[in-house]
Amino acid sequence: MIILGPNGAGKSPLLKALLGLVPYSGEVSWVTKDISYLPPQELFQRRDVLLNVGEFFKLKNASQEKASGILKRVGLSSSMLQKSFGSLSTGQFQRMIIAWALVDEPSVLLFDEPTSGIDVGGQDTVYSLLHDFWEHSNLTILLVTHDLNIVWEHADNVLCVNKKQVCCGPPKKVLAPESLEELYGTGVKYYVHGHRKY
Amino acid sequence: MGTGSIDMQFILALAMGTLVGGAAGYLGTLMLSKRMALVAGPLGHLTLPGIALALTFGFDVSLGAFPMVVLGILFIWLFEIKSKLPMEALTAVVFASGVAITFLFLPEEQTVPALIGDISQISFLSTAITVILCAMILVATSRIYPSIVLIGISEDLAQSSGVHTRKYNFVYLACIALMVSLGVRIVGGLMTAALSAIPACTSYNLSKNQSEYSYRGMILGSSSCILGIIGFMFTGIPAGLLIILVSTSFFVVSLFLKR
Repeated sequence: MIILGPNGAGKSPLLKALLGLVPYSGEVSWVTKDISYLPPQELFQRRDVLLNVGEFFKLKNASQEKASGILKRVGLSSSMLQKSFGSLSTGQFQRMIIAWALVDEPSVLLFDEPTSGIDVGGQDTVYSLLHDFWEHSNLTILLVTHDLNIVWEHADNVLCVNKKQVCCGPPKKVLAPESLEELYGTGVKYYVHGHRKY
Repeated sequence: MGTGSIDMQFILALAMGTLVGGAAGYLGTLMLSKRMALVAGPLGHLTLPGIALALTFGFDVSLGAFPMVVLGILFIWLFEIKSKLPMEALTAVVFASGVAITFLFLPEEQTVPALIGDISQISFLSTAITVILCAMILVATSRIYPSIVLIGISEDLAQSSGVHTRKYNFVYLACIALMVSLGVRIVGGLMTAALSAIPACTSYNLSKNQSEYSYRGMILGSSSCILGIIGFMFTGIPAGLLIILVSTSFFVVSLFLKR
């Protein structure tokens, strides 16, 4: 599911409320406790700490073998384990934290702005990776984004929020121009490409 | 003082210095990672009224220092709630007031020991208590280390991974307060920041990863104290000064050996 909405719509607080990290009213119930969460990349501080990637995985009690395996799945070699946390490029860092979030095989991944600060090629890689995990690892992904383009390519369902729920359901059903206008407060046009395959 | 008593003082001072230096260096690596390396400085100043009381009434300086650090932290916390001013500004208010109050009633002859420490008169009991407390700091720090590192990287990530950030931050601050209270005996109220910050900076220069960084911080902290105390026994120059100078020498050398 992709959670879509303009800036300040409450997408990130929604994810945090689902995790119980911020106060909320109402009720949140999960059928699983195996939930992983990744905040936007710009909220990762202290990338100049002397931590290497292997030590970062150890913070999750992941063995080197398991860490190497999941790193390979995201397209990074096991030599990455020796690299310092701060020496990774933005794209490598994002793939590495995806691997970190998924190393203990959660059932659900909540991912806030997975491609912030990443170039177009890198964005494609990140979404393809997430799509691969979703298809082959029985993983439910709730993903917050501004990017309307990815909804058609990657999402089963879309939740549109702008301080309230504007629409929810399969993109083809609910992403009508009217609901997008209500969501963004202006006319939003889109064109669905039919040729992408994953 | 006979040779036997000098030897005993030397052994006690070395035991105390090794543990205090190690605990301060190890904790210092965590403080540097969280950009809090200088926190021990103002906290050290906060201990001065307690040290003054201890020296005036003849009880252990660490015993006087610890309640003052806790009281200082409490004041900073209360002022922050009341004023919404940045914590660093309020720290300046509280620690400067602490220094002013100290010199209102600290006897002149006790000024130097309060400011730069004194290890010439330490008892077996105070050494034993210090060693035990330092061991507790080391154990507690090693237990909270991974979680505090994760909190430093991203608080949200840590919380969502099940880390109780308030609990860990509380233990972390308690360790700092305790380390400062123990450190003032050796290096005085003026230089406690150096006891934790310099070994951490040196270790940062020499280390390739977090594990090396944390353990080297501990070893460098201990080594500086051991060499400083040995220097004091031979020269009579206050150990606090020598410890910091040895530590600084290590740092300067590390600049040339930088990874």
